Amino acid sequence: MADSITAERREIVAGFKFANNAVSIEAAPAASRTNLRATTAGAKSFGKSISLELPTIMHETASKAGRHALKLGPDEWLLIDTKNINDSMVPRLANKNFSAVDISHRNCAFVISGAGAANTLNTACPRDLSLAAFPVGTCSRTLFGKAEVVLYRTAKDTFRLECWRTFATYVRDYLMDGAKDAHI
Amino acid sequence: MLLIHCPYCEDDRPELEFSHAGQAHIVRPTDMDGLSDEEFEAMFFIRDNPKGIILERWRHSMGCGRFLNAVRHTVTDKFLKTYKAGQPRPTDKDIEDLLK
Ligand SMILES: [Zn+2]
Repeated sequence: MADSITAERREIVAGFKFANNAVSIEAAPAASRTNLRATTAGAKSFGKSISLELPTIMHETASKAGRHALKLGPDEWLLIDTKNINDSMVPRLANKNFSAVDISHRNCAFVISGAGAANTLNTACPRDLSLAAFPVGTCSRTLFGKAEVVLYRTAKDTFRLECWRTFATYVRDYLMDGAKDAHI
Repeated sequence: MLLIHCPYCEDDRPELEFSHAGQAHIVRPTDMDGLSDEEFEAMFFIRDNPKGIILERWRHSMGCGRFLNAVRHTVTDKFLKTYKAGQPRPTDKDIEDLLK
């Protein structure tokens, strides 16, 4: 029998940390991720397969046991599993009601926290990140500088920013620049 | 910052999240073979460029990803109305009312 090949996971910004007295920015640990396009019925059955009821209202999120479901569009979800990082959430059986694609290695994430977190993000993101407009538990695809990102507010002063690994060093440097402004 | 209302997000979003996608409500002919060269050119290449109201497709590409339609004034750049793709073209009367 042939030896099995194990691909070594190389994170693009692993271990990155930055902090000043207004904000701290860290690369999030590796996670498993899936992009899901689904009908209402498809979202239900996919939710069952990962034991997490998917949110049905735009920009809402649901979390359970390290798994997060972010509703990005009318029929689109981003699923993040921070616990079973080497397991794909894509079911083995095909289902005509949804299309699920494993994107674990396409994305990476930063966690931005502290009193200056929203100000740091707003140096390059045009969205209103006040608590009234973007409450805790909200998610949305948006722009950070020129990069497409997904923002997820996990707490009053904490955001998770998901971006493509191609843009990771750009986003990291821009975040650090922003943090310097938020610090003033 | 110019804000555009996304009918899918049901929220006003920064213009930067959107991309322009050409004129709206262009009807593709069902019998493409029956067109003369001139008719094909008119259908395929020629678009309105009015000074005033235009109906356009936009895409909330850095948001929900959906295509939507907009009634925009080309002089003031004001978005008078946005609506979901597939919904009927606003009537001239609707547009007149929007301008009031
Ligand atoms: Zn939208």
